[in-house]
Amino acid sequence: MQSLSNRSKVVSDKPMTFMEKLYLPAILGGMWITFTHLFRKHNTLKYPEQTKAFAPVYRGMHVLKRDEQGRENCTACGLCAVACPAEAITMVANEREQGEEHLYREEKYAEIYEINMLRCIFCGLCEEACPKEAIFLTDRLVPTEYERADFIYGKDKLVESMDYRIDITDRQSTGKRTEK
Amino acid sequence: MLEKLILVGIIFTISLVIAMYATYFERKVAAWFQDRIGPDRAGPFGLLQPLADGVKMFLKEDFIPRNSDKWLFIMGPGIAMFTSLMTSTIIPWGPDIVTASGNIVLQVADFDIGILFILGVVSVGVYGIMIGGWASNNKFSLFGAIRASSQMISYELAMGISVITIVMMTGSLSLRDITEAQHGMNWNIFYQPLAFVIFFVCSLAELNRAPFDLAECESELIGGYHTEYGSMKLGFFLFAEYVGMFISSAVISILFFGGYNFPGMDSVEGNTLAVLGVVALFVKIFFFIFVIMWIRWTLPRFRFDQLMHLGWKRLIPLALINLLVTGLVIAFTSGWFN
Amino acid sequence: MSIEILVYILGGLTVGSALMVVLSKHPIRSVMYLILTFFLISANYIMLNAQFVAIVNMMVYAGAIMVLFLFVLMLLNLSKENEPKSSLLVKIASALAGGSLLLVLVAAIKDTVVLQVAEKVTDNASGLVQNLGHLLFTKYVLPFEVSSILFIAAIVGAVLLAKRESQIIE
Repeated sequence: MQSLSNRSKVVSDKPMTFMEKLYLPAILGGMWITFTHLFRKHNTLKYPEQTKAFAPVYRGMHVLKRDEQGRENCTACGLCAVACPAEAITMVANEREQGEEHLYREEKYAEIYEINMLRCIFCGLCEEACPKEAIFLTDRLVPTEYERADFIYGKDKLVESMDYRIDITDRQSTGKRTEK
Repeated sequence: MLEKLILVGIIFTISLVIAMYATYFERKVAAWFQDRIGPDRAGPFGLLQPLADGVKMFLKEDFIPRNSDKWLFIMGPGIAMFTSLMTSTIIPWGPDIVTASGNIVLQVADFDIGILFILGVVSVGVYGIMIGGWASNNKFSLFGAIRASSQMISYELAMGISVITIVMMTGSLSLRDITEAQHGMNWNIFYQPLAFVIFFVCSLAELNRAPFDLAECESELIGGYHTEYGSMKLGFFLFAEYVGMFISSAVISILFFGGYNFPGMDSVEGNTLAVLGVVALFVKIFFFIFVIMWIRWTLPRFRFDQLMHLGWKRLIPLALINLLVTGLVIAFTSGWFN
Repeated sequence: MSIEILVYILGGLTVGSALMVVLSKHPIRSVMYLILTFFLISANYIMLNAQFVAIVNMMVYAGAIMVLFLFVLMLLNLSKENEPKSSLLVKIASALAGGSLLLVLVAAIKDTVVLQVAEKVTDNASGLVQNLGHLLFTKYVLPFEVSSILFIAAIVGAVLLAKRESQIIE
């Protein structure tokens, strides 16, 4: 069969010659290889000082977006919870009262929205399923905790604050289903 | 007497400091060989790393397994440390220092039996590992102990025979005489390259260093003889290995690479010579420590039967042939056959 | 005077640890005491200015033979539970054998005349390597060579035993 990569070597088990049996040339050759590595560039990234840029499609901690006026996008339709293969998302819906228009964009909103980060597999299906562009996975990492309960993220951790908005413009699903 | 005591103190401190920084250096060298940086967080360039490691070792729980032999369990690391530090007494560290009240000899004791003392102490050194491994009452430790002991006994023979060639050439067992005989660039390595290779391989095996580290052998035996050890007792075992590395590098430098001799040493005199001699010896020692680490991070571990095969069927016959040839050459040159 | 005291201390320690070899219950402990005894004997040799004999004793006995002893004992895994039970007959027989050995030793030592040791034995350098080698190859060359033949025979025997073993396996 023809080799496609031209990198395969034909292996034979013919008896070793005297020079091969000595092993010393092979050992010295190996030591030369390691020696050349002394002068190579280090691959180390000094982590806390230097960080590596995330790929634009990286799927990290979720964010519940607000729109430009600071209203929550989520309407508690539950599609994300249905789409979630790990069943990590639960929510309780509520009706928007008079005078809450500056808080919630739609007439129905999620009173409780919880993601269990221990269950979540960060597949991004919730983001795909969301018709309101409310939930996105970001390039932030889920920090470690000591208690299991601390991994159940409520709205306090998920909804972005207006002072510190999370940039999701690089996400692939951004702007796909914008209602005009 | 006082100067000897001071010398003992200095050598003791130097051995420990070098062993300490050998652990740091080992990690650095490993990192460089693997295109990494290595420890660089504790202090500038990570230079305080050994201290951090030491503090960590001391603060760990000092644990003794319930079914172990308590006294022997404690004795094991002690013996390992003791024997590896003991060898440094007979190593000639440099030419005499000249003072107004006479010369100070940079050697604690110039035994008549010199090199035999080193072989003897090294052969006793195996007890630390054996006792520690047995007293742990753990099958992996026992395996490690048994491997270590059979390995040491096997490689001692070839080591001894390869040293005899040097003794024959010099006509003395004293390390000082052996060093003096290699004045300037007249090093034994140029006459006995084979003996050097055999001695070097055997000293790697005696040190339990890769590629002969079958006594600890993480992938098969967890930690080998020190599986059950923790805290500073483990520290002693590991430290003993690094002290042993320092001492055996010193012995290799003295036996084959001229010790404190260096080319062009006739042009300097007195204390300059002494200082330069000490520096020359330490340069050689550091080089060999580096080579030992270099080998560790290059070669894969031997299998145990391969180890025994190499020791008994390759190195010992080679060493014997080398001995025979050396003897014949010495006999020829001294005119026995005329 | 101080040397004399040192000799007595060393001697006492040697006899003490030799006794502990016999008296310890655990075989490994016995071996440890035996190793200690060898070290102390080496120290005694050094007191007699016989450095070569001292270090060779340490290397060969403490460093190699006792390692093999320990090696075998560790593999045997001796403990209280699986201690071999010896019958009364064996106990009586061993007591008799030991007793008669003691009798022979006492009888032999009783009649010996303690020779006055020549004064110069300890202070000349007869234990140093060069003199020892000189003596071995001049005055005692025949016993030396005969013992080396004995060793060669032993090595050949060991090789033969190992060879036969491997043939059976094949």
